[in-house]
Amino acid sequence: MATRRRASLYPLGIAVALDGVAFGVLSHAVGFGPIVAIVFSALAISGSAQFAALSIVGTGGGAVSAGVTALLLNARAVPMGLSVAPLLRGRLWWRALTAQLVFDESWALAQVAPGRWNRRLLFAGGLTVYAGWVAGTALGSLGATPLGDPKRFGIDAVFPAFFLALLAPFLASRRGALAGFAGAAIALALTPVAPRGLPILAASLGCLVGIRR
Amino acid sequence: MSGPWSVALVVALIAFSLRAVGPVLLGGKQLPAALSGLIELLPSALLAAFVVTQVFVSGSAFAIDARAVGVAAAAVAIYARLPLPVTLLLAASATALVRFI
Repeated sequence: MATRRRASLYPLGIAVALDGVAFGVLSHAVGFGPIVAIVFSALAISGSAQFAALSIVGTGGGAVSAGVTALLLNARAVPMGLSVAPLLRGRLWWRALTAQLVFDESWALAQVAPGRWNRRLLFAGGLTVYAGWVAGTALGSLGATPLGDPKRFGIDAVFPAFFLALLAPFLASRRGALAGFAGAAIALALTPVAPRGLPILAASLGCLVGIRR
Repeated sequence: MSGPWSVALVVALIAFSLRAVGPVLLGGKQLPAALSGLIELLPSALLAAFVVTQVFVSGSAFAIDARAVGVAAAAVAIYARLPLPVTLLLAASATALVRFI
C-alpha cells in the first residue's frame, strides 16, 4: 500500500506547485513582494489561509482579520495532529517541527488503514507538498508563469479527486460511510451561513457517528 | 512592521501552533481508547467534507461547474480501480476539456 501510494507523490507535487504559482501571482497583484510571499509560503504552508489572507489584504483588511480567518481555516489541524501524534516521537521541538508536515494531502495519503498512518509516507508527502508549494510561490511571485492560469489545466479538480480516491476505501464500511456522509452534510449545510473554515472544522464532528452505544 | 509582513507572520504563527498542538501534547503516546475510536472515523468525515466543498462550493456559494465533471471522471476511474496518478490526470483533463469547449 505504502509503496504503491508513493507514485502519487509526483502528480501531487505538480498540482501543489501549480497552485503555489497561482498564489505567487496573486500575492504580487495585492502588493506582496517576492520575498514576503516566499517567506509566507515557507512558514505558513497553508493554501486556504494564505489565499484568504491575500483577499483580506486586497479588500483593505489587515493582520487581525487575516489571523482570525487563519484560525478558523486551520483549526482542523488540531484533530488531524492528534490523529498522527502517536507517530511523532522525540523531543518537544522535533515533534512541533515534524507536525508541520501534516497537511491535508500528506495526512490523507499516509493513512494506510482506518486509523493507521504510515510515518514515512506522511513525511514524504509532507516534504513533497512543502517543496511544491514554496517552489510554486517563488515562480509565481517572480513573474515566471510558464503555463498561465493553472485552472486552464483543471488543477482545481485534482485535489477533490485526490481526496475522493483516498476516501473511497473507507466508504465500504458502514461506520466509515456514515461518518463520510455526516461530514459532507455538515460542511454543505454550514457553507452558506458560517464563516469560511467553520464548515470544515464542524465536519470533523461527523466522526461522532462512530460512538458505540 | 509593514502590512504584508505582519499578515504573513501572524498567519504563519497560527498555522504552526495549530499543527503543533496535538503532537506536542501527545507525541509518541498511544491515544486514549475513547479518542482513537473517533480518530479512526475522522478521515472519512474530513475527506468527504474536503471533496464536497472543493467540488460544489465557490467562495461561500454553491456552484456546479467544470470541476464536477472532472471529479465525476475521477469517480469512474476510482471505481475501475485505476492507479491514483491516472485518476488525477483524468480529473484534470476532463475539467480542462470542459473549460476549453
